[in-house]
Amino acid sequence: MTTATTRTVVRDETVPAQAPWSAIVRAGEQLEIIDLHGNQAVDCLLYSAADHTDRYSAQATIAAQRNIFLTTGSVLLTEAGTPLMTVVADEVGNHDTIAGACSQESNTLRYGHHTRHQHACVENFLTAALERGLGKRDLVSNINWFMNVPVEADGTLGIVDGLSAPGKKVTLRAEIDTLVLVSNCPQINNPCNGFDPTPVRMVVTR
Amino acid sequence: MTSTQSTDGARAHARAQAASARIARPTTPPDIDPATIVLAQRIPPGGYANIVLGRGTHLRLGDPEGTTCAHLFLLRAESPWERLNVADTVKVPWQAYLSQGHPLLSDQGRVLATVLDAAGHHDTLCGPTTEARHQLHLAGAKQGLEPRDIGPSIALFRGATVAPDGALIPTGNGPTGATVDLIVHLPITLLVANAAHPLDARPTGDLDLLAWSAPAELNTTRNDDPEYLRAVDNTEAAWAAALNSEVLA
Repeated sequence: MTTATTRTVVRDETVPAQAPWSAIVRAGEQLEIIDLHGNQAVDCLLYSAADHTDRYSAQATIAAQRNIFLTTGSVLLTEAGTPLMTVVADEVGNHDTIAGACSQESNTLRYGHHTRHQHACVENFLTAALERGLGKRDLVSNINWFMNVPVEADGTLGIVDGLSAPGKKVTLRAEIDTLVLVSNCPQINNPCNGFDPTPVRMVVTR
Repeated sequence: MTSTQSTDGARAHARAQAASARIARPTTPPDIDPATIVLAQRIPPGGYANIVLGRGTHLRLGDPEGTTCAHLFLLRAESPWERLNVADTVKVPWQAYLSQGHPLLSDQGRVLATVLDAAGHHDTLCGPTTEARHQLHLAGAKQGLEPRDIGPSIALFRGATVAPDGALIPTGNGPTGATVDLIVHLPITLLVANAAHPLDARPTGDLDLLAWSAPAELNTTRNDDPEYLRAVDNTEAAWAAALNSEVLA
């Protein structure tokens, strides 16, 4: 991998706690997602920038690599098998793509009806999607960078304490021009953020 | 001169085919009143179906030869913006493997259907094969849906389990005659494709679909997890609010 110091920075932005973010990362460019304060889940959806119907598939990705965890070497595929991005460096070693995004609706089931109007990732995804001409129909199971979701022998699964730490990062290389939607997860009811959402930094280099 | 050179002959020939054809159907179990049956269909390998099922329908999927794989996707009938959310379906019950009492959740925090009876060999993680995905897209198109309306799906009768390191392990089919029963909580469009599993490329065999009206079954609690009970609350509230509406909100 080429390090950021020898590459040209295309954009370098801090996503505030709980906020959405989106960008088109061009083929060959790299996106570094930096967990500035540690233990911050970063929900992420990917689309071919040229054809939004060719979108990230968590199921195709994990079936192809025969493993539920994303880490260095994972190729992030669309339903049709198009490689969108590849994880080229990972300082954490285990990222989730089976647990999806929090929503106001699922929060009512997971934590109780008192959470109905708390800000959630689906609201962020919709906000970012609408700016790009996408809508609810285009949202599918996503990636959760820095989120730890083990599956036990009996199938029990859950979001547990993260493995990340302040400053840890994951680096993605775009294989084609890729639209990246991000929700810097606002969830405060589980340990994916240590119950305290914090900012993350997004650096695109070429 | 063949009999089908005239319209009369062609019509008679066409009608004779249907009159003599044998249609393979699942057998009706003796404990089910035949008058309540709303669907009995055998889907061959490579086949698919798109079926609307009402609230209170009991659906039984069957693997008569121990060889099938059923890729399922559910949407709210008449409100297809609400659809199966596979991530919530595993995250909310804290459970990746389908068994008795497992809710199939929509993206709106409601139960589309509950699994009544299922023994192993199912998969929520790997999604469809290319063939199954194409068949699901066709099935959706028959309902006026586009490929982007078809989200992640579940697979029945061919399973996969997760090793401690995250590796996926195919489990193959269950026994001959295995069945999965669901009770439908809200009117649904069921899209189903009979095709191989991504981790198990063996050709599939027949898939049986049998459904009957059983609204009283909605009165039985299948699962007393708080997450499940809140999902039922959400479902009943939406149903009650829209009861006399043509389209549910």
